[in-house]
Amino acid sequence: MSEQFEPILVGFTCNWCSYRAADLAGTARVKYPPNIRLVRLMCSGRLDPAFVIKAFAEGADGVLITGCHPGECHYLEQNYKALRRYLLLRRTLEQMGVEPERLKLVWASAAEGVKLAHEISTMVEEVRALGPLDWPRWWNENGFHAVVEEQAQEVTA
Amino acid sequence: MKKQTEIEGKERIGVYVCHCGTNIAGIVDVEDVAAWAEKELGDRGVVITRDYKFMCSSLGQELIEKDIKEQGLTRVVVAACSPHLHEATFRKACENAGLNRYLCELVSIREQVSWVHTDKVAATAKAKAVVAGGVERVIHHEPLEALHVPIHPATMVVGGGIAGIQAAIEIADAGFPVYLVEREPSIGGHMAQFDKTFPTLDCAACILTPKMVTAGTHPNIKIFSYSEVTNVDGYVGNFTVTIRKKARYVNEELCTGCGICQEKCPAKVIDDIYEAGLGYRKGAYIPFPQAVPKFPVIDKANCVFFERGTCKACQKFCPTNAIDFDQEDEYVTVEVGNIILATGYDLFDPRQISQYGYGRLANVFTSMEFERLSNAAGPTNGEIVLRDGVTKPTSVGIIHCVGSRDRNYNNYCSVICCMQSLKFAHLVHERTGATVYNFYIDMRTAYKEYDEFYQRVLEEGTLFVRGKVAEVTDAARLSIEEGKLIIQVEDTLAGVQRRIPVDMVVLSAAMIPRHDAHDVAHLFGISCSANGWFIEKHPKLDPVATMTEGIFIAGCVQGPKDIPSSVAQGAAASARVLGRIQQGEIALEPVRATVDQSICSGCRICNNLCPFNAILFHEDRMVSEINAALCQGCGTCIAACPAGAITGTGFSNEQIFAQIEGLMRVNFQHEKMTELA
Ligand code: FES
Repeated sequence: MSEQFEPILVGFTCNWCSYRAADLAGTARVKYPPNIRLVRLMCSGRLDPAFVIKAFAEGADGVLITGCHPGECHYLEQNYKALRRYLLLRRTLEQMGVEPERLKLVWASAAEGVKLAHEISTMVEEVRALGPLDWPRWWNENGFHAVVEEQAQEVTA
Repeated sequence: MKKQTEIEGKERIGVYVCHCGTNIAGIVDVEDVAAWAEKELGDRGVVITRDYKFMCSSLGQELIEKDIKEQGLTRVVVAACSPHLHEATFRKACENAGLNRYLCELVSIREQVSWVHTDKVAATAKAKAVVAGGVERVIHHEPLEALHVPIHPATMVVGGGIAGIQAAIEIADAGFPVYLVEREPSIGGHMAQFDKTFPTLDCAACILTPKMVTAGTHPNIKIFSYSEVTNVDGYVGNFTVTIRKKARYVNEELCTGCGICQEKCPAKVIDDIYEAGLGYRKGAYIPFPQAVPKFPVIDKANCVFFERGTCKACQKFCPTNAIDFDQEDEYVTVEVGNIILATGYDLFDPRQISQYGYGRLANVFTSMEFERLSNAAGPTNGEIVLRDGVTKPTSVGIIHCVGSRDRNYNNYCSVICCMQSLKFAHLVHERTGATVYNFYIDMRTAYKEYDEFYQRVLEEGTLFVRGKVAEVTDAARLSIEEGKLIIQVEDTLAGVQRRIPVDMVVLSAAMIPRHDAHDVAHLFGISCSANGWFIEKHPKLDPVATMTEGIFIAGCVQGPKDIPSSVAQGAAASARVLGRIQQGEIALEPVRATVDQSICSGCRICNNLCPFNAILFHEDRMVSEINAALCQGCGTCIAACPAGAITGTGFSNEQIFAQIEGLMRVNFQHEKMTELA
């Protein structure tokens, strides 16, 4: 493996548009870096913010949320809800010390395989530039913030 | 956060890695993936792993079935192509072996790995991650039962062109009711405007109008003409569709279609639609003599009475008192089980290519204008003449690929233009004896008897110039060019520039998606390509279905097509619908949300999130409940519930969390993860 940092991205796709865009990128043999791993949801509205936190907590360096274009959600308008959660999540992550650029939202219709591949490639490079997140390092096995707990122990000690 | 992977590995999981010939095995080391899964995922319950050339083949499926029976597998993970392709196949295999079909997970290592990556090592690592994700996820799968919903026997066909008419008649003939909705006053579509059809040259009206009459008189077909769909509710089997019947100011119950109103109407209007701007119609009009239904429409925008408050000539003369100036748009709601969209195409406006001079140079015509010129029932009674209405051309240039196969406009081939241009060449030759030039990029005459037609037109003496026309101009340089249109073109076969003077130019304009294709797609909940063509479920194997259950497409709405293909698609779509109706019910994915009422705090956050109003609130007990019949399984409420009281089958939090853990099990820098662990 090369010396350069290889980030790992988790991508959330919706069953109707962006997952199909990923399929189309495949059938059209469009190339993108292997740094992303996709999870299929029925709709971007299914995206529980906890999924994103979970991905970071498991060691992901970036998370890509994808869904149908506004107005094209298979369930009418659930992607607007995903959009709201995304905006909130970015702020929350920032407060947790995670660069908001590590989370990105992209709309991709079932016909936009090339676009999705392009967005993935761009994001991989962006996250590569940010460097590793290594968030799990911050948590101890009880699920507490390691540094905070250490401090707490010091105080009680 | 409690690790999902801490759950005891008590399942017996089989992992099957497909080579897909060399499609996967060419990039991913499939043997390595299988061996890795056996070794590394053994503690997760993986008891058997196999790799096989074609998992989807009957032998591959038998392998799985045999293992389920002999090894007592309780879960199956197949790493192969996209679940959209073969999920059903492998679920079926599980079911055959007595395992609940939803205890199987298909992960994509073809579309998402081997086809998009080039680095073999990295691709293999990713494939392992994807497999691990699938294994972790499948542990949390539950046995489910498909949901069965009844299919309403009525069908709606939107668009009354040849594809829609064909579909409607087939279904009606099989004995089931059809609502045929058409935006224009009459069904018939573009085909009703044509004179001859290639390659047989039979007259369009002769073959179309009998079908129109059949559709109009069929006891099982109800036509809503001059109408549009405004709303679609529900889902496969049970759609509720609202149709706006635009006011035609004619009482259809009383009208006999005698046409006296049309005769008496003083308002003369250029007919942009049916006559392509070459002819006139009245303010009160029946678009063409064979229209179905035969009721006229009073065009409010061009009616003297609506403009000035007096006239009512039509009303005075109507023998049955059918004119009703007070009529208003009417909204009708119907219940249908399936919908076929056959809304057709628009034509490219050649004004966009200003160097071809359409709209500026009088004797440049569009293909549709030419159709009307050559039509015996058209404005010139079939005389092919110049814009002055009398002069016969002595030379005609026909330009192919106007707005298609052109990076500036549309990349695609518009399919019909070559044959249409050959037909034009033949008609000009036959009716005027003029010299005909066809300017083409490539000659595309696929399909039965098309190339024979090309040979025939060649033999008739039409001159073919291979090259894309640069310009059509009236600026003469030589005396023989005076008063002519000069076509400037590079003849790519001879390798010379040519200037060819002609009297008339016909532009074979591309078929383009309907201007409102995106809105229509949105209304019916299907997707369309960036261009605006509706997307079929599978380009080869499922060309008339869409990703939305119960919505089918036929004809040019899916892409440019000739008449035989449109008819075939109309028939194909109706066959699919009839199959559904015959079965009486359809099995749907059991992806649904449910509220655990013992946890629900009654905060009602979910209530307003549901786009289908499936969540009701029990005021008495202060808890929410989801109506399974209305829930479509998008999962938004699950993600929003602060109490975690809502769970979703098929896509539960546990399943997704576990999948994420699995996906992250393999790292590029393996040390990184081990160090953390
Ligand atoms: S289905 Fe794609 S975002 Fe809702």
